[in-house]
Amino acid sequence: MSIETPIYMDYAATCPVDERVVQAMLPYFTTHFGNAASRTHSFGWAAEEAVEKARQQIASVINASPKEITITSGATEANNLAIKGAAEFLQSKGNHIITCVTEHKAVLDTCKHLERHGCEITWLPVRTDGLVELEAIEAAIRPETILVSIMSANNETGVVQDIAGIGRLCHERKVLFHTDAVQAFGKIPMDVDAMHIDLLSVSAHKIYGPKGVGALYVRRRRPRVRISPQIHGGGHERGNRSGTLAVPLIVGFGAAAELAQQEMAQESKRTLELREHMRKRLIAEVPDSLVNGTLERHLPGTLNISFSYVEGESLLMGLKEIAVSSGSACTSASLEPSYVLRAMGLNDELAHSSLRITIGRFTTIKEVDYVVDRIRDNVERLRAMSPLWEMVQDGIDLESIEWTAH
Amino acid sequence: MAYSDKVLEHYDNPRNVGSLDKADDDVGTGIVGAPACGDVMKLQIKVEGDIITDAKFKTYGCGSAIASSSLVTEWVKGMKIGDAMQIKNSQIAEELSLPPVKIHCSVLAEDAIKAAIADYQKKRALAAE
Repeated sequence: MSIETPIYMDYAATCPVDERVVQAMLPYFTTHFGNAASRTHSFGWAAEEAVEKARQQIASVINASPKEITITSGATEANNLAIKGAAEFLQSKGNHIITCVTEHKAVLDTCKHLERHGCEITWLPVRTDGLVELEAIEAAIRPETILVSIMSANNETGVVQDIAGIGRLCHERKVLFHTDAVQAFGKIPMDVDAMHIDLLSVSAHKIYGPKGVGALYVRRRRPRVRISPQIHGGGHERGNRSGTLAVPLIVGFGAAAELAQQEMAQESKRTLELREHMRKRLIAEVPDSLVNGTLERHLPGTLNISFSYVEGESLLMGLKEIAVSSGSACTSASLEPSYVLRAMGLNDELAHSSLRITIGRFTTIKEVDYVVDRIRDNVERLRAMSPLWEMVQDGIDLESIEWTAH
Repeated sequence: MAYSDKVLEHYDNPRNVGSLDKADDDVGTGIVGAPACGDVMKLQIKVEGDIITDAKFKTYGCGSAIASSSLVTEWVKGMKIGDAMQIKNSQIAEELSLPPVKIHCSVLAEDAIKAAIADYQKKRALAAE
C-alpha cells in the first residue's frame, strides 16, 4: 500500500491552517495592514471592520455577542486572564477557587500562582472515567468561593465534562464559572447561555486557524462579569487586554471559527467514524489494549489508548513516520508519566504505555488503517522483547513483584 | 527528541533479544528497574569457567534503554566475569551518545549486568556448599 508519510495524527496538539483561512488572512498582511485602533483613516477602519467581523464569527460558535469576545495571544493567556483577572477583581468578595487536577497546565499553574499569593484552591479529583463529580463541586463551594474553573474537554483523553450541569450549579450558587474550551470549541456544540458559562477560553490553532491568537469570552449580561486586566496599556479590548490587535491572525481566527461552525456536524460525524474504526480495530487486533477515559462523553477525534507492557516512547520510536503523542514519562522533560492518566487511577505502567491519537479534518481512512497496522506490528515486536509481557505470559502477577525503583 | 544513530541502530536491530533457562546453574539472571519508572531490564548471562559465553536481554523501556541493554549483551559475550564487572555506565552512555536525560538508562544497564553476575555467583556458592 502506498501512502504519503509522515502522517499527522496529533490534531489535539495543533492543526495545519486551512487553505481557506490562509486566503482570508493574506490581504491583512499587506493591502489592509492598518492598525485597528487608528480611528483617523481608512487603513484603520478596514482593520477594525475585519476584526469586528472576526469577533462576530468567533462569538457565533458559542452563541455569544461579539462584545463579549476579548482577543488574546492564545488560550494560555485567556486562561491566565480569566482566573487571575477574576481573582483580582473579586478579592474583596472572596479568595477561594475550585478547579480539577486534570486541567491543562495553563489553568493548574495559574491557580498554583494564586495559591502562593493568598488564594485558596480546591483541587478536585476525577473518577476513573475522567469525569469530575458534580456533587464534589457542590460540596466544595463555600461563601468565599469566587470561581469554578473546569475544562470542557480534556486535551489528553478527549473526555467531555458535564459543562451544562456545572454551569447550572455555579449559576444557582452565584459563583463564576470559567471553562477552558480549547479542545471543545468548534468540535462539539457549546452554548454559553444554555450552559451558564461566564468565562470561556479558546484558541485558533486547534480549529485550523493560525497560532498566536485566542480569545476569552466574558459574559456581559446576567450577570455582568468583570475581570481585572493582566496586560496594561492602550486600553484595547474594552480595557481587558491592551496591545495592538494582530489583525491577520484575528481574521484567520474568525474565518476558522466560521468554517468550524459550518462544518461541525458533518466533520464531527466523519472524525467519529474514523476514530471508531481505529478504536475497534486496535481493540480487536492488539490484545491487552485499553481505552483511557469514558467514551460516553467524548470528543469525536480523540483516542487515548494504553498498550500494556510496552513503553510509549519506544513505541513512538517505531512509528517514526507517524505523528502521535504519548503519556509516557520519557516524552516529557519531567520524566513523570501523564498526570491526567494518573489522576484517573491508571497505574504508572499503563500511563507509560499510552498513546494519544487525534484525528482531524484532513485524516483519511487509508491513513487510519495504515496507522493501525503499524501500531499493531510495533506493539507485537516490542512485546516480544518486553520482560513484563514475558512474565505475564508465564502467569506472574506483576503486582506481586518487589521492583527496585530507581 | 533526536536519537543518536547508534541508539536507532540498536533499536531497529536489537542484539541478543531472548531468554536463557533461568533454572540452569550456569545462567545468571538480573532484573532491574520498575514498571512505574518506565524501565525494566532483564539481562541473562551463561557462564563457562569464568567466561561469559552467551547473553540475552529483554527490556521494557524507551529506545535508549533498549539500546543500552542490547549494547551490553554484545559487549559481555566472550568477556571474563571480572572484566564484565568493570563495565561502567559512562562507557555505555558514551558509546550510544546518550543525552543527560537518558543517562539513567545506562545506569540501569550497568546494574543489570552486575545483578546477573551476582545471581550467577550466588548460584555457584550454593552449589559449592
